[in-house]
Amino acid sequence: MNRSFHKSQTLRFYDCSAVEVKSKFGAEFRRFSLDRQKPGRFEDFYKLVVHTHHITNTEVTIGYADVHGDLLPINNDDNFCKAVSSANPLLRVFIQKREEAEHCSFGAGSLSRRRRPLALREDGPRRRTHLHIGLPHDFRPVSSIIDVDIVPETHRRVRLYRHGCQKPLGFYIRDGTSVRVAPQGLEKVPGVFISRMVPGGLAESTGLLAVDDEVLEVNGIEVAGKTLDQVTDMMIANSHNLIVTVKPANQRNNVVRGSRASGSSGRSSDSTASRHSLPMAHVLQNLPPDEMESDEEADVVLEGVLEPRLAPRPPPGSLTRVNGAGLAPSLHSPGREGSVQRLLSSLRSDPRHSLALPPGGVEEHGPAVTL
Amino acid sequence: MRRFLRPGHDPARERLKRDLFQFNKTVEHGFPHQPSALGYSPSLRILAIGTRSGAVKLYGAPGVEFMGLHRENNTVVQIHFLPGQCQLVTLLDDNSLHLWSLKVKGGVSELQEDEAFTLRGPPGAAPSATQITVVLPHSSRQLLYLGTESGNVFAVQLPAFRALEDRAISSDTVLQRLPEEARHRRAFEMVEALQEHPRDPSQILIGYSRGLVVIWDLQGSRVLAHFLSSQQLENVCWQRDSRLIVSCHSDGSYCQWRMSPDAPQLEPVRSCVPYGPFPCKAITKIFWLTTKQGLPFTIFQGGMPRASYGDRHCISVVHNGQQTAFDFTSRVIDFTVLVQVDPAAAFDDPYALVVLAEEELVVIDLQTAGWPPVQPPYLASLHCSAITCSHHVSNIPLKLWERIIAAGSRQSTHFSPMEWPIDGGTSLAPAPPQRDLLLTGHEDGTVRFWDASGVCLRLLYKLSTVRVFLTDTDPNESLSAQGEEEWPPLRKVGSFDPYSDDPRLGIQKIFLCKYSGYLAVAGTAGQVLVLELNDEEAEHAVEQVEADLLRDQEGYRWKGHERLCARPGPVHFEPGFQPFVLVQCQPPAVVTSLALHSEWRLVAFGTSHGFGLFDHQQRRQVFVKCTLHPSDQLALEGPLSRVKSLKKSLRQSFRRIRRSRASSRKRRPAGPPGEVQEGSSRAERTGLQNMELAPVQRKIEARSAEDSFTGFVRTLYFADTYLRDSSRHCPSLWAGTNGGTVYAFALRVPPAERRMDEPVRAEQAKEIQLMHRAPVVGILVLDGHSVPLPEPLEVAHDLSKSPDMQGSHQLLVVSEEQFKVFTLPKVSARLKLKLTALEGSRVRRVSAARFGSCRAEDYGEHHLAVLTNLGDVQVISLPLLKPQVRYSCIRREDVSGIASCVFTKYGQGFYLISPSEFERFSLSTKWLVEPRCLVDSAESKNRSRPHNRNSGSQSDGEGVLKEIQSTLEGDRGSCGDWRSQRVAVGYSLSNGGAE
Repeated sequence: MNRSFHKSQTLRFYDCSAVEVKSKFGAEFRRFSLDRQKPGRFEDFYKLVVHTHHITNTEVTIGYADVHGDLLPINNDDNFCKAVSSANPLLRVFIQKREEAEHCSFGAGSLSRRRRPLALREDGPRRRTHLHIGLPHDFRPVSSIIDVDIVPETHRRVRLYRHGCQKPLGFYIRDGTSVRVAPQGLEKVPGVFISRMVPGGLAESTGLLAVDDEVLEVNGIEVAGKTLDQVTDMMIANSHNLIVTVKPANQRNNVVRGSRASGSSGRSSDSTASRHSLPMAHVLQNLPPDEMESDEEADVVLEGVLEPRLAPRPPPGSLTRVNGAGLAPSLHSPGREGSVQRLLSSLRSDPRHSLALPPGGVEEHGPAVTL
Repeated sequence: MRRFLRPGHDPARERLKRDLFQFNKTVEHGFPHQPSALGYSPSLRILAIGTRSGAVKLYGAPGVEFMGLHRENNTVVQIHFLPGQCQLVTLLDDNSLHLWSLKVKGGVSELQEDEAFTLRGPPGAAPSATQITVVLPHSSRQLLYLGTESGNVFAVQLPAFRALEDRAISSDTVLQRLPEEARHRRAFEMVEALQEHPRDPSQILIGYSRGLVVIWDLQGSRVLAHFLSSQQLENVCWQRDSRLIVSCHSDGSYCQWRMSPDAPQLEPVRSCVPYGPFPCKAITKIFWLTTKQGLPFTIFQGGMPRASYGDRHCISVVHNGQQTAFDFTSRVIDFTVLVQVDPAAAFDDPYALVVLAEEELVVIDLQTAGWPPVQPPYLASLHCSAITCSHHVSNIPLKLWERIIAAGSRQSTHFSPMEWPIDGGTSLAPAPPQRDLLLTGHEDGTVRFWDASGVCLRLLYKLSTVRVFLTDTDPNESLSAQGEEEWPPLRKVGSFDPYSDDPRLGIQKIFLCKYSGYLAVAGTAGQVLVLELNDEEAEHAVEQVEADLLRDQEGYRWKGHERLCARPGPVHFEPGFQPFVLVQCQPPAVVTSLALHSEWRLVAFGTSHGFGLFDHQQRRQVFVKCTLHPSDQLALEGPLSRVKSLKKSLRQSFRRIRRSRASSRKRRPAGPPGEVQEGSSRAERTGLQNMELAPVQRKIEARSAEDSFTGFVRTLYFADTYLRDSSRHCPSLWAGTNGGTVYAFALRVPPAERRMDEPVRAEQAKEIQLMHRAPVVGILVLDGHSVPLPEPLEVAHDLSKSPDMQGSHQLLVVSEEQFKVFTLPKVSARLKLKLTALEGSRVRRVSAARFGSCRAEDYGEHHLAVLTNLGDVQVISLPLLKPQVRYSCIRREDVSGIASCVFTKYGQGFYLISPSEFERFSLSTKWLVEPRCLVDSAESKNRSRPHNRNSGSQSDGEGVLKEIQSTLEGDRGSCGDWRSQRVAVGYSLSNGGAE
């Protein structure tokens, strides 16, 4: 999905060299343009922005609205470059004072819906000097209903994407009995059901799963004949990319086949309208089967001498939490601008994980191979 | 999805798999859990033990073992061998009788159940009317006399269990036949004793609980003699020459009665209370045995003074002015005395006393002065102190084997030189192909070395680490204990001693190098001992080192137990493994992993706080590494340190209870068809439909980095591999934690000539964080041929091909959830098998093993043997991680069984089925240790004896019985084939094999 979308964008605006920028600070708008091929460095852009808004003395954070209507940050060369290249055609830039920016956050749906902390925020210390956003998270997998064309209409295959957020998956399962049609008539068989949703959890927030839905498969494996503990373990082991096929208790909201938009573009299942009309929290996708595994978790390998005494106890969450954004900026070093695209493409196989690397001449060989 | 596109069924591979893998539960080692009955066949010289779970186990000569399981899980109350036959009758506590027989099939004997029978009384009778209290197999071999609670004696014909109404001896009949003066006494109550006349099969003795004993003539249905004692009867013994009857009573007395056909005896010849004059407990069983020398042996159970020794479990032996009360540490279930079998012999001449106690079997030599115990070759009490860990070492070099045996023989000098007296049957099993050691660590700080090569698990040597430490027990205490008063003459026997002085002494990890004789042992209080095998006794000081795993960590407080206090100064050690270095982890948490490299002279140890490396050549600490996550408070402060953690552990244990309750009535996992047996699933499934389901819920929550005990070091591994670059290999140490982190340290070990001069250096080379964060349970490096690296010194001893250092090495990391192969030195993932994600099971134990083919002598493959939390064992191929076979092995609820499992290097395994028993299983077709034995009653010596016995003193009236008897024998002799072809009626389990 990511790849194809990315390509189509770049191809469509290949000829157009200028990018129109609409910059908003408070109630004020400024317009200017940038060169799509050579957008320049982030520092220059930052200077330009604060200059055009006449706010040279205030510290600000810069964000932009991506094609999905998500507010994403611009704070380094990489994501600046990405923002410019993916402008559609207008690049909408939002500027906030740093202290105000503390209270909101970037992320999916953050522009179009109520603002909730998500994705890129650590629950760690409140005081931060800089919002470290490593890689452009503009194409983000979201929880969705998938495989609508192959799954029976009475069933629903849901992919829950944790997307690096620390939200719990947030639901409970239980044993129960369900009724099947067998050759000799109706038959009661044991089954596994969703028993409860954790308020504010991922499962609840997607709205794709509900209490009393019967779980039929976990990541393509039937749960029939497995114990509750086994199903629990399977779900937890797959929690990075959990795909559950359920038979919804409420059969009235089933996806009707045929009305589905083709390709990777989706249809909104969220009725709340927004000014961008792109509330892409829930999309219908049709992924080829082998792509389901393309987003495998990759292990982080650190090499080199890590003297325990030289590197004292890290602050909470920095070394250990590698799938967040905690340490990402260390990857970004001056003089690697030209390689941004290359880096991006090499990392695209796993957009959720930035790499945690301690300072000091460390290389990584990591997530390139996934099977 | 790719997994569905796997290459299909490969017939060649399937055939090869059949040659390589096979699952068998072969034998149970150790002492049966909760024994409840003892039987002995003097003619077969075979011992039988029944258990509370309905198992019958037969033991003869070492290697001769059988097991049978009753279909009902009821307690076996009594076991009786049919005289001179390969048959036995068991009585269960549901009052059912079962006939078992040893039948020869394909050259080996098998134990199987033939018939089952429940005695039915007349309609309307009270249940007690048929409640069997005593069983007497008659020497005619076709009659069974059953004494009941009502006082009636029933006769049943074998082998079909046909009740013979006309032969029943009701208490009313007996009452009518009694002389007038004895009749007035009381109701008869239950039958306590039934015995056959030692020489005349037509007479039996019936003892009633109220104290009446009658001699009953089976032919004439009359009372030949009667004796009446004033006390409740417990048991009776009939002297070999039938002239004397000895009865024992509930008040702790026994009486002798003279058998004289003419005059009825009103008073006993002699009555005595051995431990009087104060009130005594009952004597429950007595033997009165004659000897050539003239003075008899009196052996009885119980009878101790009630007030002061009423709680002891004693068996007293009195002979020739000597008296000893053998004092057992657990309840005596039953005992028997081995005597001269030949019925023609004039005297009993007892030679051994066999006592089945609740926790051990003790055999005492009655011929050697001092009555020393005999060392049993099997039925070892594995749990004489609770087992805390086990370690298996395959293929021990002969040299080390002999040295361990030599060290052990010096510890068993108190045993009698007598040959093991229970030696029936012939073991046909081939000699074990190699010498295997099973090491068990115990709660009291001992390590026991068992010979696990064959069917009999035999204790070779016992190592105690207690001497290194200062403990509360004062050695003088045992001396003062001996100075106890002389009466009763108590003597402690047996090895079962469940009381541990100090729980911190418990052994948690063992690592033995079979080539060098170095042993590392680690315990509950963070102690790590390095020991060396020494054939001489020695006195030396143990070097003590502290390993501070929390160095540079501040503000943490350990609230668990204190570390052990080492004994200062030189300590005396007996020959055997002698400690020379003691490393004590700080904080003194349980050592959770241990590795020893005898070639590099390094020992690595890990706890829940971190791990360290110690150079035992230079006696120097190389490094320590803290693996703690800063938020892991629980690990820092020790177990149960705070209210919160207590709450948490309570919650967890409740959750566990609930979980096990829930899963016990759950259906079985659907395995690959054919492999996993699904016997009960259908029944359970149908049961499930009608059952109200408990609202059990499971939360779906991804693993977070903040989980408790992420720093817990689960595995340590030494490897000589390409850690830094692909051109040079170097020694390395790998450690895996509970939080899914793998640390790799490159080591620089100086060459042998400068080994003492230069320090060993280590630096961290790699750190791998598995994204799924599951605990790392195994690390393995495969060489260029994808073969696991050999053990240290294995190549030096020419016992292994040197590893292929040309091709690129691969690293296998096994977490609870996944198997993952990485390339080396650049750690990039190559392959993985996501076990949990696919099956929902987690890896509990993993070990590389070589599976030999049963067809081709030299062919073998290296694979992983895996045990999951569901109790399934699997074989997963190396290096491609393809599941090969899966079998269900342990019940999933049997948490301790799963936790205790160890695999051998050749595809066998052990796990505890009870605190005292190891079940041995095999995944290999080639390496299979199972009993194969033959027991044949038609053996000339055993066959002739019953003959002599009957022909010796046979009255004419016995002609019929004799005829029947010889017909039966003829059957056995001539129609062996006919018997083996008969369809077995009962449910059978032969040789402990799986159903």
